[in-house]
Amino acid sequence: MTSMNMVQSLNSALDVMLERDPKVLTFGEDVGYFGGVFRVTDKLQSKHGLKRCFDAPISEGGIIATAIGMGAYGLRPVPEIQFADYILPAFDQLVSEAARLRYRSGGEFCAPITVRSPYGGGIFGGQTHSQSPEAIFAHITGLKTVIPSNPYDAKGLLIAAIECDDPVIFLEPKRLYNGPFDGRHDQQVKSWAGHPDAEVPDGYYTVPLGKAAVVREGEAVTVLAYGTMVHVALAGIEDSGVDAELIDLRSIVPLDIDTIVESVKRTGRCVILHEASRYGGFGGELSALVQERCFHWLEAPVERVAGWDTPYPHAFEWDYFPGPQRLATALKKVMQD
Amino acid sequence: MSNRAKLSLYVPEPNARPGGQPSFEHFEIPAAGAVRCPDFGAPEHEMRDLPYTLIRVLDEESRAVGAWNPKLPHDTMIKGLRAMMLTRAFDDRLFRAHRQGKTSFYMKSTGEEAIGAAQSLVLDQGDMCFPTYRVLSWLMARGYPLSDLVNQIFNNAQDPLQGRQLPILYSARDYGFYSLSGNVGSRFGHAVGWAMASAYSEDDKIALGYIGEGTTAEGDFHEALTFASVYHAPVILCVTNNQWAISSYAGIAGADETTFAAKAIGYGIPGLRVDGNDFLAVWAATEWAAERARSNRGATLIEFFTYRAEGHSTSDDPTKYRPADEPSAWPLGDPVDRLKRHLIAIGAWDEERHVSLAAELDAAVRAAVKEAEAIGTLGKSKPPVEQMFECVFKEPDWRLIEQRREVEASS
Repeated sequence: MTSMNMVQSLNSALDVMLERDPKVLTFGEDVGYFGGVFRVTDKLQSKHGLKRCFDAPISEGGIIATAIGMGAYGLRPVPEIQFADYILPAFDQLVSEAARLRYRSGGEFCAPITVRSPYGGGIFGGQTHSQSPEAIFAHITGLKTVIPSNPYDAKGLLIAAIECDDPVIFLEPKRLYNGPFDGRHDQQVKSWAGHPDAEVPDGYYTVPLGKAAVVREGEAVTVLAYGTMVHVALAGIEDSGVDAELIDLRSIVPLDIDTIVESVKRTGRCVILHEASRYGGFGGELSALVQERCFHWLEAPVERVAGWDTPYPHAFEWDYFPGPQRLATALKKVMQD
Repeated sequence: MSNRAKLSLYVPEPNARPGGQPSFEHFEIPAAGAVRCPDFGAPEHEMRDLPYTLIRVLDEESRAVGAWNPKLPHDTMIKGLRAMMLTRAFDDRLFRAHRQGKTSFYMKSTGEEAIGAAQSLVLDQGDMCFPTYRVLSWLMARGYPLSDLVNQIFNNAQDPLQGRQLPILYSARDYGFYSLSGNVGSRFGHAVGWAMASAYSEDDKIALGYIGEGTTAEGDFHEALTFASVYHAPVILCVTNNQWAISSYAGIAGADETTFAAKAIGYGIPGLRVDGNDFLAVWAATEWAAERARSNRGATLIEFFTYRAEGHSTSDDPTKYRPADEPSAWPLGDPVDRLKRHLIAIGAWDEERHVSLAAELDAAVRAAVKEAEAIGTLGKSKPPVEQMFECVFKEPDWRLIEQRREVEASS
């Protein structure tokens, strides 16, 4: 066990897999010699060689297209898209190709690629370095979408994603890279040091895709969150004084529906928290699933707390960001219903 | 208003529209054998003349001439002729099957058969082509079972793709034929990635990608060329310039300004421009590029100059946008006819054998269609409905399992 922040644990996952499997390689913009703009691929090139970890042209469509071709050949490429905001030039490759290849070829070809990409806000990155596009991937059948919330999960989920035979979108909440940010932006920045989930095994292990984690047990209401919002939710629950159960989904495809349903049937209430804007967000799907499966157990309407339906606004970052206060308000509201 | 001249937007137009006189006189067509053949290992900057000319081997007297003559054995050429003729027989029969309501869609590759047939025979088993929907002759040259093609086209219970794909969007891994899609261009970069993976694995296999001239306008084309160039990928990237992208003539993709082969110059890779209706020229250029790729010298872009002799698909009527007699005005002839005449000229073939081969191939196609019809045409037979939910992921998740049960319960 070593204490690691999320950058280090992701780096360790890649290091372990490069060591273990010669079919694994990673490439992307600034990924090689420099080690990535967030340092996730730091020293992997010098350790594993130029051909295993290298720089790619500024061409997200080209990066994903070549990764799919490599996957079809039999490799397990782990391309990086520098910011999830830049993934859209590759959208056609992900939707029309990676997600469909197995289906349309009758299983002759598949694209076992893991697309890593830093995502989410809270870093004063403005519109082009802060977005949370997970819902658009969740809507694309054939893709898996994974979002870790701590260093331990990040490493185990990334290894599981690399070993998965389906294409995986692996979104890394960049505000969590260095510490467990709970949305209290005016307080001192915390580091991962000393956090129980920052104790990470040095070697190989996996966290299965599609298995949620109950982060906090409670009886009054179920809170569904993922990524940075798991930490915001803990703070919001604390502020509200409500005995909420908090579920970290860890992956939205596949979704651990059983854990969600079991919890909501027990608590009778549900609040969904995500950073992405609200309309058409993944919270809508979660809300529908809960309503379809738990209607007779619900004692209050399902509440959604999310980013506003605006582009990510630089000066208004903390007005936009769904912080603990907004969750606390929602929790109190569902308890009154 | 300033004194400057008014700007004016230029929109290119083809030489002739329906009712007009088809003309290809603006094409400069060098004589067969006129183009030099550099060593395949020569540096790219020494061959920047090649994208602006046209490599041709078969001359007007049906002789094979010049430095690009691959000097093929007779039986190899007959094999190629057979693959092209089989493609044509199949296209004609299945196009009719569409008109008879046996399937929803079909696309012919009439006039372009030499490209897939020659390339399929040049490349090795284990190499991978990333086809467009007009490369059926690749499969024909490798003996893909005709009944499997028809079963796919009919989406019947024996469809090798389990009823999930539009007719003719085949996938045939064992035949070096990557999964097709109706989105054009999006597999061009896969060919480059596959080739990079082969090089990464220190394998000896190469890839071959196809794209239509119209689709060179997509980012996919330029992204693929960038990666192929940067990483010296062992790949042959082919533009099949058949002059028409549905109703848009090649000028809408920039053909009036430069050649498609010349796009290679900007990427520092060799660009060859080849008579695509000349089986021997296609063969030679492909062999040249394959040797270059196999010797770690990287990618080659080849423009095959050809002509789409029929409509885009069963949903298209080309007489609505080009002169009805334009196909017969095409100056580079028909690929089947040209190879046939060459074989006859060198004494390796005759009319009688040709007629008998055509009859044999037509009978084989008819038998395959009959066999597939016995299983069922579109709508009369289909794979089990649970196949709809397979292969979305390697293992279906709870959604797919629940939805499959719902369908099963209601059927």
